[in-house]
Amino acid sequence: MRRSATSLRRRLTWTLIGGATLLAVLFFLVVRTYAQQIAQQSQDRILEASLTSLMDAAVVRDGEIEVDVPYAAFAMLDTAADDRVFYAVHQGDALLTGYDGLAEGPFDPAVGLDFQTQTFGGAEVRRATLTRALPAGPAPVLLTVSVAQTRDSLAGTLWAISVNAALFGGAFFVLAAGMALWTSRSTVRPLSQMAEAVARRGPRDLRPVVRPVPTELSPLVTSLNSLMTRLSHSLTQSETFIAEAAHRVRTPLATVRTHAEATLMRVDKDENRAALRSMIRAIDESSRAAGQLLDHAMVTFRGDQLERRQIDLVGICRELVDRLTPVAEMKDLELVLIAEGPVEVQGDPILIQNAVRNLIDNALKYSPPEGVVRIEVQRDPVAIVVCDEGGGFPTEQMAELSKRFQRGANAGDTVGSGLGLTIAQDVAEAHGGRLGLANLDEGGACATLYL
Amino acid sequence: MRNFVSVILCLWAGVLVAAELEDRQMFHGEDGVTLRVLSSTDTDIFAPILEGFIARNPSVSVDYAVAGSADIVTLIAECGDCFDVVISSAMDLQLKLANDGLARRLPGLAQQGGSQWRQSVFGFTLEPATVVLNRAAFKGRPLPSTRQELIEALRADPEHFRGRLGTYDVRLSGLGYLFATQDARASETFWRLMEVFGNLDAQLYCCSGDMIDDLASGELFVAYNVLGSYASTRPETLDTVTIITPEDFATTMMRTALVLDSTDVGGAAEAMVSYLTSGAWAAQDRPGFPLPSIGDADAQVLNVVSLDPGLLVYLDRLKRELFLEAWSSALLR
Repeated sequence: MRRSATSLRRRLTWTLIGGATLLAVLFFLVVRTYAQQIAQQSQDRILEASLTSLMDAAVVRDGEIEVDVPYAAFAMLDTAADDRVFYAVHQGDALLTGYDGLAEGPFDPAVGLDFQTQTFGGAEVRRATLTRALPAGPAPVLLTVSVAQTRDSLAGTLWAISVNAALFGGAFFVLAAGMALWTSRSTVRPLSQMAEAVARRGPRDLRPVVRPVPTELSPLVTSLNSLMTRLSHSLTQSETFIAEAAHRVRTPLATVRTHAEATLMRVDKDENRAALRSMIRAIDESSRAAGQLLDHAMVTFRGDQLERRQIDLVGICRELVDRLTPVAEMKDLELVLIAEGPVEVQGDPILIQNAVRNLIDNALKYSPPEGVVRIEVQRDPVAIVVCDEGGGFPTEQMAELSKRFQRGANAGDTVGSGLGLTIAQDVAEAHGGRLGLANLDEGGACATLYL
Repeated sequence: MRNFVSVILCLWAGVLVAAELEDRQMFHGEDGVTLRVLSSTDTDIFAPILEGFIARNPSVSVDYAVAGSADIVTLIAECGDCFDVVISSAMDLQLKLANDGLARRLPGLAQQGGSQWRQSVFGFTLEPATVVLNRAAFKGRPLPSTRQELIEALRADPEHFRGRLGTYDVRLSGLGYLFATQDARASETFWRLMEVFGNLDAQLYCCSGDMIDDLASGELFVAYNVLGSYASTRPETLDTVTIITPEDFATTMMRTALVLDSTDVGGAAEAMVSYLTSGAWAAQDRPGFPLPSIGDADAQVLNVVSLDPGLLVYLDRLKRELFLEAWSSALLR
């Protein structure tokens, strides 16, 4: 299995959610800051209005300042949180009326309207102060009015706005996160749909992908299609090559063998007959090797793209036994099929037939004359056992025997290429099974094809 | 040691205070803490309330001291530690105590907006300023129902009423000052009425109780800005006097209670305020409650003084001087 570097969908989701988080936090901070400014400004405006009405109520009479405080000056400072109100009126630097210590001189008319946040009476207050020079006789009189208010209502407003902003931010985040999930899923969907469609195809289906894909995916699909076209082409080529090779090699060999046998009939000299026999033997060996090579090539090719369908092992074995019985009789051997009823499995009939034929071939080859070759179809586990009464496998080489071109040390002069067990093993593995080899105590050997 | 000194100071202040207190009585519970209440309401009116409170809170004894509403501010300023609860009819002075940070916040008692300020000052009655008349003096005359009609009645027969008119001396009474300033805010008629009163040699009083006594005895014919609730609590005087709530506008105050921040018996003090306010909201459940409840239905036709920082305006030194100047020139000639 390939290691996944990253998940596109996860990366997309987290990027979007990260962005949403950032925006939500930013929204909260901006709204809060803005609300703080607005709330402070509105408190300042009310303080200013109160201050102005106090200032307007001041008149100079006989050099003394008189302030007839309007009722509204303080009534307008009424807030939802019932904030405390403080004020001070100074003539010059001396307190005329109000709370002592709220504002300290010296006062300067050039400063203009001045807002301060300070502590007074054990609470944090916002104070507005304005100094004005009132004309009075020879020298103007400096009048300073200060109005202050605690900030409970402001804090309450700010808290309420913060809570609302947090709720909005949270809701925005939840919405954005949901949309991020949806977006990433729907973005990646065509990709997984295509992967699914390709994975669903049969083993021999190398048609190009034609379903519509997003623009971003079309280069990938184009490359994939071109790869599949080339693959399909080369597969066809090798299939043709195998068929061609089988034809080209087997047919002339059969012709040569026929001629050799005909010649053998006509020749009387013993040395010539011996030469012809060994020639026929060599032709048999070549023909068999060519057949097994082609079998092996076919097993390799078909095993890569296994075609499974419902097959009956007993039927396959019976057909083989029927076909091979004449060959066995030529060697004075008996083929015995032990099977009950049909044993059905999913598999490639051509491959399994090939494997079993090679196993029977082997058994026939290594059996002494007058022997019996047993072919048994087992049901649980599903397996085909082929046993002979020959010399058995050399124990120390058992593991090596199924390798290509490997022959047992005791093969001696028996005709063989060493491919038979390899073919059976490849077929078993292509079907998810294995090949078992065992020697029998009473003599002989068994090869078991587990499927 | 520090506590000891403060006790000494308090005792010493108590000696001074005693001279200014009009009355001081103990209402004993079973045992436990003593709650010191400083009030502007006469003891005989408030006694049923205190007894009801002790019945509910048997472990609390109440030391009930009475002083004029203006004197209360002086007493608190002299000895803030000497009292736990302040009950007064002078809303402006109560609000100033809270504004200056002397009142404890009682978030547990938060009520509807208008009857409390800053969770510190709690209104528990609704009492209009009324005109109280001696029935005998108005025999055969139409009863005035507005200030204008009262002015006309007085002008119609000045010699009948000369020296027989009474109102608060606003220089002495905090409640009188509150009523006068709110009347002056509401209408110019107030000043015309005061001029008529001044022309007819009006008598000046410190307290509603004294005015009602003089009305009952026939010494006074008309008293202006008297608490009708005081007259109502004395069934024997109702035979001789008539209480008129002016129809043009009736300045109405809330009697308010607050807990001083310096108190050591916060639990008992809060229980007292809670008892007062709950009595106010459900007067029908407390037949013994002697004062007009805030929950009364006709409250909306009254010109109720609202608990807001505007009340601080007439407490301003310069504003007070200007107002007293105008008041004196109208009434004292």
